[in-house]
Amino acid sequence: MQTKTYAGTEVSLDDQGFFADPSQWREEMAPEIGRQEGIPDLTDRHWQVIKFMRHEYDEKGTGPTVRILGKISGVPIKELYELFPKGPAKLAAKIAGIPKPRGCI
Amino acid sequence: MPTDTIDKISIIISKGSLEGVYPGLIMANGARAEGIEVNLFFTFFGLDVIHKARHDHIKLATVGNPGLHFATMLGGLPGISSVMTHYMTHKMEALDIPSIPEFVEMIADTGAGLYACKASVDLFGLEKNDFIPQVHDIITVGEFYEKAAGGQIIFT
Repeated sequence: MQTKTYAGTEVSLDDQGFFADPSQWREEMAPEIGRQEGIPDLTDRHWQVIKFMRHEYDEKGTGPTVRILGKISGVPIKELYELFPKGPAKLAAKIAGIPKPRGCI
Repeated sequence: MPTDTIDKISIIISKGSLEGVYPGLIMANGARAEGIEVNLFFTFFGLDVIHKARHDHIKLATVGNPGLHFATMLGGLPGISSVMTHYMTHKMEALDIPSIPEFVEMIADTGAGLYACKASVDLFGLEKNDFIPQVHDIITVGEFYEKAAGGQIIFT
């Protein structure tokens, strides 16, 4: 467990940098987390994925896998990997302030 | 944060049975999801996975498969392999595991490289046209090692 300051607010993160408490997340923190993960600017398409991640987490208590993202988020898998080259589900979860999705597919 | 990371893997798929194919595909897809660079190399019966006419007909091996826990004689009865494959596919669907053709297409979309082994392609008298369009190239074992350089190799 570690703490970090995003957008002027201190938040708790797990060892890999995912939010330990998703309720601490605010939209204005996302660009800073994105930059830290190598995404200089969050576009509308990034936001579409980030918002979908939050929505799925709120509904199901866990983030979606890449397959589900590709099927339901409205952003196809090819584009997901262009937007989040270091792994869409993992990176988008980190930027969206939710725990790392644990699916294998 | 862990200091040791895997940045690149090359996975060889050499089997043409359901249980011989899925582990390699799951590892390939999972690696891409972690941001790891992936090459998939299909050799011998593994070529069926990228063969246009065969990739939708990959069956569970019901003979010589002690993991199924039923008599070998039973496994050899006509139709058993199809029935067991059907059963397994249904269970996988329920867990949201895609079919082999869909899975391979998805893995290609993640940016993984798909390659066919030249020796096997020649052996079975196949050509590039026999394969799904996502296959980048038919390559020699030497070219495979060049592509795999700097990463880890997994044989399945």
